[in-house]
Amino acid sequence: MAEIIENSSGKGSGGGKRKPKKYSAAIDMTPMVDLMCLLITFFMLTTAFSKPKVMEIVLPDKTIDTNIKPMPIDKNRAVTIIMAENDIIYYYEGLAKADSLPSLIKTDYSKDGIRKFLLKRNKPLLEQIIAFKEKITKGELVLPRDSVNSELKKLRNKDKVGPIILIKAADNIKYKNFVDIIDEMAITNIARYAIVDLNHLELKMLETAPK
Amino acid sequence: MSKIKIQKKSPHIDMTPMVDLFALLLTFFMLTSTFRPQEPAVIDTPSSISEKQAPDKEILNISIDKEGKVYFNLDNGPDTTTKFREKVLEKMAEQYKLKFTPKQYETFSKLSAFGMPVQILNQWIDKKDPTRRDEFQKQLKEAKKDGIPTDSADNQLAWWILLTRQVDQNIQVGIKADMETDYKAVKKILDILQDKKVNKFNLTTNLEKVEVKIEN
Repeated sequence: MAEIIENSSGKGSGGGKRKPKKYSAAIDMTPMVDLMCLLITFFMLTTAFSKPKVMEIVLPDKTIDTNIKPMPIDKNRAVTIIMAENDIIYYYEGLAKADSLPSLIKTDYSKDGIRKFLLKRNKPLLEQIIAFKEKITKGELVLPRDSVNSELKKLRNKDKVGPIILIKAADNIKYKNFVDIIDEMAITNIARYAIVDLNHLELKMLETAPK
Repeated sequence: MSKIKIQKKSPHIDMTPMVDLFALLLTFFMLTSTFRPQEPAVIDTPSSISEKQAPDKEILNISIDKEGKVYFNLDNGPDTTTKFREKVLEKMAEQYKLKFTPKQYETFSKLSAFGMPVQILNQWIDKKDPTRRDEFQKQLKEAKKDGIPTDSADNQLAWWILLTRQVDQNIQVGIKADMETDYKAVKKILDILQDKKVNKFNLTTNLEKVEVKIEN
């Protein structure tokens, strides 16, 4: 590929003084460069985007250990989210009892829907997390990425006032709804949530729920 | 007065270093890039804020399409000598009393996702090229015989999962489902996995950025 610069003194072309005609030995490389540029762009774009992203979820072990009693849920912290058909979410605060059924509040998956409520409920923890993240961005606190995550985890574990979300799924919901609600938990930094089945009280509540 | 001779300069720039650099970059990208593997069904994944990258080795992928049909895929392990796919198929053949030829085992190790009962898997393996395999998969779909059986009478998916985990203890489970898939279908798969003591899942999603602010 190297460019050869031809020697201008035409020696060695016989005894005569006639100069040989000069040809440039340089090849025009522009089309080649064009093509390579194009290919590089192609490979750069495809490689960067081909790796899929994953959302990790860990569900509790199903084998029931009779020695461990289920953790009682504080009435003031309990929030139940019920995912229903047609991208509707119902939620209620506290626990449902047969004699006093709480009324369901209807909302959706949008920015002003369930997220607004969750952000409000989870404000104490969120403020801590935001303050912590700010410290890092301002450079007051220098931590490697791994310990940033473990610090965040610690903050979440220490949280004693934030909501405990019980996620329940009604019939005919889509997989998208499920991913969305788990994602909403991640967005609003909810420390505690669980995916559980609907109980008979909630089934009754759903019948009278606002459509 | 003699004429002033203007020295002739070539208008060409020497592009050699540039070309060299480009060639280098091109080689690098060509060698490092991994292309998307062939998918048996079109799956439109939902989006989330998670930035975690899917593991590219030692992953068992379960794809669930819109109708709730299940497709199964696993890789060959950290390197080509581990031959996980072949080992899993061997165990599966033993379980279902089927016979595969050495050539079929070899071909199977090079293939990707499939969604059909193990009894007709040999027909799929014997197809000459990827297009015919796709056609075969499509024919099954039309006949409504596609997907790995997951019902309690013949839960082949449970066996695939169990045997894969016997071959490779470190394997991670990835689930890729369509946005429109019924949650019940996904829940069923999650239950099957949990019965086999898999409690950690990687749900494939698209990345979507979200900013949150606290309102006062």
